[in-house]
Formats: sequence, C-alpha cells, structure tokens
Amino acid sequence: MRTQCDPSCFVADHLKKVPPSGIRRFFDIVCEADDVISLGVGEPDYITPWHIRESCIHSIEQGETSYTSNYGLLELREQISELFSKKYNVEYNPESEVLVTTGVSEALDLAIRAIVNPGDEVIVVQPSYVAYVPSVIFAGGVPVTISTKMSNNFKITPEELKNVINENTKAVVLNYPNNPTGATMDKADLEAIADVVVDNDLMVISDEVYDCLTYEGEHTCFSSLEGMRNRTILLNGFSKSYAMTGFRIAYALGDSEIISSMMLIHQYTMLCAPIVAQLGAMEALRNGNDELDKMIREYDRRRNLIVDGLNRIGLECFEPKGAFYAFPSIQSTGMTSSEFAENLLDDQKVVTIPGDVFGEAGQGFLRCSYATSKDEIQEALERIETFVNKT
Amino acid sequence: MDKHTWHILEILEENARATPENIASQTGLPVAEVNDIISKLEKDKIIRKYKTIIDWEQAGEDYVYAIIELKVVLERKQGYQTIAERLYKFPEVRSVRLISGDHDISITVRGRSMKEVAFFVAEKIATLEQVHSTSTHFVLKTYKEDGFIFDEPEKIKRLPVSP
Ligand SMILES: Cc1ncc(COP(=O)(O)O)c(C=O)c1O
Repeated sequence: MRTQCDPSCFVADHLKKVPPSGIRRFFDIVCEADDVISLGVGEPDYITPWHIRESCIHSIEQGETSYTSNYGLLELREQISELFSKKYNVEYNPESEVLVTTGVSEALDLAIRAIVNPGDEVIVVQPSYVAYVPSVIFAGGVPVTISTKMSNNFKITPEELKNVINENTKAVVLNYPNNPTGATMDKADLEAIADVVVDNDLMVISDEVYDCLTYEGEHTCFSSLEGMRNRTILLNGFSKSYAMTGFRIAYALGDSEIISSMMLIHQYTMLCAPIVAQLGAMEALRNGNDELDKMIREYDRRRNLIVDGLNRIGLECFEPKGAFYAFPSIQSTGMTSSEFAENLLDDQKVVTIPGDVFGEAGQGFLRCSYATSKDEIQEALERIETFVNKT
Repeated sequence: MDKHTWHILEILEENARATPENIASQTGLPVAEVNDIISKLEKDKIIRKYKTIIDWEQAGEDYVYAIIELKVVLERKQGYQTIAERLYKFPEVRSVRLISGDHDISITVRGRSMKEVAFFVAEKIATLEQVHSTSTHFVLKTYKEDGFIFDEPEKIKRLPVSP
C-alpha cells in the first residue's frame, strides 16, 4: 500500500507568514446574521453606470471576445495616457509605459514582484489596504510598517519614513486617499516625502485608486511631483471611480523599464485583462464623467452625514477628505476594535470593520464605509448610538 | 453654481421633504445658512415647486393618460404662445410642449376613462380654431417619468463585507 500524505507539508513556507485576512473572519460571522446594515463594504453601492454596461453587452454581441495585446488595447492605453497628461500633467508613452491589469490587485502584485529581490524591505504605511503586506511577503520581500496617527490626520511624515529606512529598503507603498482612514496628503506633504525618497534612492508604489473621490482640496498624483515620474509605479483603476469592481480592470503607469518588467510577469500569469472589461473602461473614460461627478457629490454628502453623526454619538471621527470611509475612534468605550465591531453586530446588527484589520495602527478605530444609501447610514447611526449608550 | 447650492438642489430634488437640519448635516453648513440659501433659491425661482410623486394606480384611483400630437395653423401676429396658453389652461392638460418633426405641439391629457379623454380631445382640443389635426396615443403603462423609474429599483448584489 502506498503511504498517505499530509498535503499541508507541501504548502510553501513563506505563506505561513501570512495570517488569514481579518476581514474574511468577519465575513463568516456576518453571513450568519440577517437584517444587518452593512457599513463594511469596500466597494461602491452603485451598479456600474448603464452606458458602460450597455457598451459591454454591445461588444459581446459584436463578437469582441478575443485576447488583446499583453499591455491591453492600445486605444485604452492612449486614453489613460491622455487622462494623466491632462489631469496631472504627467506624460506616459501609451506604447510602453501603460499596462492594463485585472484590478489594482494584480497591478500591485506585479509592481512588487518586478522590483523586490529576496530580503528587500518594502515600507508599508498603515493603517492601509489589506493586500500590501501579504504582497510583499509573496514576493520574498520583508514588509516594514509605519503607523500613522489620527493626531496627524493619518498622514505619514518624512521623519517617520526616515526612521525605518536602512540599506535594505527598496520601496514605499503609499495610498492616498487612504483605505481605511479616508486621509489625503496635499502637495506640500508629498513633496517632503519625495525628498526622503530621493535622498535614499527608493521607489514609490502609489496606489491612487481613490484619486477621483477627493472631496476637499485637489488630489496630487505622486508621479507628477518633480523628479518622481521615474521613481513611481502609479496604480489606478476603474473599480471605485466608475463602480466597476466586478469587471476587474485597472492599470499601472511607470517608466518603460519598470512597466516592461511588470509586463513580463503579466504576460505569463494573466496574458491580458479581459477584453470586455477593457472596452467598458474605454466607455467609462469616454462618457463617464457626468455620472462620476454625480456619484462624487453624493459620496460627499454621505461623508458629512456620517462624520457628523459619529461625532455626535461621541465617537471622535477625524474628517476624511477622500475615499468612502469614516474611521472613528472607539477608544472612549474602552473596547478593542474587534470587541466593539463584534458586539455591535451582535447587539444591533450593524457591520463595521475593526480598524486593526488594516494594521496595528488601526487598533482603537472602526472602519465605517459610507458607500451605502443615506437611509441606511442614518439607520446605522441610530443603532450605533443605542449601542454606545448601553455600554 | 457653488458647491453648497448644488448639493442643496440635488438633495431636494431627490427628497423635497429633507429637513434643513438634515441638509445641514449633509453639507456641513449651519442650519440658518441652509435656510437662507433655500429661501434665496425659492425667491429666484430656481426652486419652482415642491412636488410629490404619487402612484395613483397603487392608491386605487385609476387615471388614463394620452399623448396628443397637434398640427396647428398659425394666424398672423399670433405665435405659438397663444395656442399654448389656450391649451395649458385646461386642467385636464398635464403638459404642453412645442416640438419639432411632423407635428407642432404635443400635450398630455389625463382623464378618468378613455372615453372621457377621447371626448375631451374631440370637444375641447380638436375644435380650437388653430388646431388643424390631432393624433391621440393612449398611454398603456408608464415605466419611467421625469427620471423616476416606477419599477422596483435595481438592487446591487454585494458581499456584506469586503476589503
Ligand atoms: C486602496 C485599495 N487598493 C486596491 C484595491 C483593489 O482594487 P481593484 O478592484 O482594482 O483590484 C482596493 C479595494 O478595496 C483598495 O481599497
């Protein structure tokens, strides 16, 4: 008889360093409850605008169902290049400096794999999106985290950055407007970071997927700063701004050396982004602005509503200037983030995400997504108030 | 138009009963300022009227609607304004539009029955001296009116939790 095997022995060692997503754990709890109001969703509550859906349906009818160039459809790359030239005054050659990917998720993985050698350190500013640390580990790199603070509006300072840099440091991952805090960094803030980046010869991976969702001040594109174009891998996409999460469509911009290295991985692991999604993205860039502006104004109103409400309840809430998350402190209640979120769900059936899911820096906070209707936000606020008053 | 005015108009367009307190909370403005802006918008006739959309069928009150296209003959010195006024003064007439194409004017008429609408058109509209001919189309079902869709809104299917 052949000997039995234990499949877990085959799992690669470095994966054991990656804990399961805290969000996933919460997901399992939520799915068992009903009549819940969810402020736990990290995607728009809009269905993709009809003109985009319609153009995708049409493209399928027309038989546009093939592979595309590994880089993505040239016309889409030209549109993206033109967008960045017009909006941020930064130039990318559509032939060689734009890579269309299946989501920022893929673009992030490619970016890190393209630059990280085993043992290289990558700085991740937290609280931040859950994929950064694991992506660094998957690439054989070493994640080094920096904790930003509410007292500093969740911005990273040049000193904090300098403190963790050493000879192994390769890159920094930035995400402004930020998930989960809603923090933004203005031009002057970013210039100070850029100085440190140059002094220490680093690359920046800038995830600007929420750039359009900036409600106060203007978004500054990191690569538009002087001298930063060739030091930046810029990630952006259609998931948030055009409510196209399920299409899985995004892009990376950078110098051709970097983009071609990312393309090398992409061509063997993904081949190309789905053509229907690429065509939908083209329609979004061509005709999506009115709907986008409307969504931005509505998010802005919900932002005011939820921040005002949370502060009234006594959960001190920093004013988020972008994305669609409020990040109130729950420290006054004496509970940990997980205790608060789990008890709130149990008691009042409101889903929020414990802040520490986004890194230790998020302990004592709660992520409340306002990508949900105003009626639901209002109802959720009432329930949270009831809960807070009880405890 | 400034950002706050825009917000206030969009909020009221969606819900005419939004309270000044609620609007203040959504815009970050003080309540008094919200009231001032709304008063000014009313005075400037930018806000024309606060309306309620009623599903009369749901209320058990059935109405019949018809779209009637008219060809008109204009008399000297009298433009379309005169015939438009003649038409819009009838309460049965719910809308009056000057249109391009085969016809000149399109009106919507509401009545309690097809017969009532047909008689109204025959007696009151077709007999107007400027009206050369009419073409009546009864409305069988309204799916969308003035941007408002009567079917249940499309619901987005999302996972309750995502990163
Ligand atoms: C900061 C951030 N980056 C990337 C992503 C993933 O985006 P995509 O749908 O383009 O993969 C998200 C989604 O929640 C996000 O919040």
